[in-house]
Amino acid sequence: MQRRVTFDSRLLPYLLLAPQVAVTLVFFIWPAAQAIWQSVHLQDAFGIRSEFVWFENFTYVLSDPNYLDTLKTTVIFSVAVTVLAMGVALLLAVLADSKIKGARVYKTLLIWPYALAPAVAAVLWMFIFNPDIGSFGRALRAFGYDWDYRLNGGQALAMVILAASWKQVSYNFIFFLAGLQAIPRSVMEAASIDGAGPARRFWTITFPLLSPTTFFLLVVDMVYAFFETFGTIHALTQGGPGKATETLIFRVYQDGVVNNDLGGSSAQSVILMVIVIALTAVQFRFVERKVHYA
Amino acid sequence: MTPSSSRSRLIDLVPHIVLIVGVLVFVYPIYVTLIGSTWDSGTIGRGGLPLWPSGEGPANYAQAWAGEAGDRAMYTPVRTMMLNSLVMALSIALGKIAISILSAYAVAFFRFPLRMAFFWLIFITLMLPVEVRIIPTYKVVADLGLIDTYAGLTIPLIASATATLLFRQFFLTIPDELLEAAKIDGAGPVRFFIDVVLPLSRTNIAALFVILFIYGWNQYLWPLLVTSSRDMETIVTGITKMIGTGESANDWHIIMATTVLAMLPPVAVVLLMQRWFVKGLVDSEK
Repeated sequence: MQRRVTFDSRLLPYLLLAPQVAVTLVFFIWPAAQAIWQSVHLQDAFGIRSEFVWFENFTYVLSDPNYLDTLKTTVIFSVAVTVLAMGVALLLAVLADSKIKGARVYKTLLIWPYALAPAVAAVLWMFIFNPDIGSFGRALRAFGYDWDYRLNGGQALAMVILAASWKQVSYNFIFFLAGLQAIPRSVMEAASIDGAGPARRFWTITFPLLSPTTFFLLVVDMVYAFFETFGTIHALTQGGPGKATETLIFRVYQDGVVNNDLGGSSAQSVILMVIVIALTAVQFRFVERKVHYA
Repeated sequence: MTPSSSRSRLIDLVPHIVLIVGVLVFVYPIYVTLIGSTWDSGTIGRGGLPLWPSGEGPANYAQAWAGEAGDRAMYTPVRTMMLNSLVMALSIALGKIAISILSAYAVAFFRFPLRMAFFWLIFITLMLPVEVRIIPTYKVVADLGLIDTYAGLTIPLIASATATLLFRQFFLTIPDELLEAAKIDGAGPVRFFIDVVLPLSRTNIAALFVILFIYGWNQYLWPLLVTSSRDMETIVTGITKMIGTGESANDWHIIMATTVLAMLPPVAVVLLMQRWFVKGLVDSEK
């Protein structure tokens, strides 16, 4: 798409683009190319010579049962975070959108957690669920439940899922609320006059009309769960106990930064890139559709 | 009162109850942290934190702020970490806005060879979040000698496809007549940018600033990688380093005071600029 009227200048547009393009080339394209290059090479122990090994790094990574476990953890984690964050947000948004007293106050009180860093959200959860200092953590133990997410893998996974979704609810809430407010009142009133109850109105009108928002949030939440929750996991469990809360992104960090395995880490980076590209493509297909129909 | 009306009263209460429970779930952890930051580490460490504040608050905050040794360890002073986080958040937010508005201006208001190629080049960065290119990006920054510098902390994060797309979208709505009138008056592209485009973009800039400030302040993985000296520590990564493995014998009072201070700037920005914030969020995701 282009404007009809434009300025004529040979040099200026390139100058205007220069800073953005420079940053993109140096810090995005070049490192991404490096990751792809390294993912098909094997370096010797001293990092002096490297050998082209085709897809050996990939077969190695993908046939590693540990990696497949990590993949499974990531899927469980991402699906749980997405479902929880969206479900709770939708419930709260529907209620806050209805004509009740104090709706504005509720909105303000539900919006601000967006400002918290995922790692800070994790720390807040730790203050409450830590088995030694947290009120809920101690209460669980007092009731005889053997609660210690630092030792029990299942509990650790539950903790990071809850902390990660807790932080994401406000984002979903804002978008669901915007979506709900875009639904014409007249449609709801017409249904109401026809005798449809609140539940029926929700499932036959609100929910279908919200579907673009729902779909958009589905993709955003998946991306969030895949990438941005690194802070949550790093702050809360460090991927442990064992590897119980290790997600794909945490493993790239662990293998590349902590264990210094360049080929393996790069192959994993490339796998992640493919996942992001797929998610982005899905998202843009949907955006196009929205433009067509709305 | 008839039974049916009292029943409908009760039903009317249900949304309020659910919303209040929802609000409590989000407010309670913050409340605990606020209260905890006013007690001594012993009380918190034993797990007997009361629900009301104590008088230790000012002393705890002063201790965290100045970074005096805690009971068990030395910490980076919060004032240093806050300053680092502030520099990082502002540089990222303003940097992203500046380079994006310029490139969007070029793409929207000029016709030149390779225009679409550049556009796609910028667009691709959407698909390369820092997390998928950690090691090679770290290596580039290290080779440039930017480890432990503000430049290394911020410049790799300031390319922005989202902001560029948002500004371009907005620029396409500026009527051609305005541009023609400016040209007739003899205004060049630089004049037009300063006198017309920038003032018209004020709302978009403000909305974007709120989102990007929070994004910058909350960075975690990247500061963890490119900073190793204490003087460059940012506050969000600083907290988790203070906590370590989460032993009960920690300087919890300092940690909680630091957490409160870490939340303050982004939460204040959201609450004070709520209108811009919601607009920025909804717009930048279109």
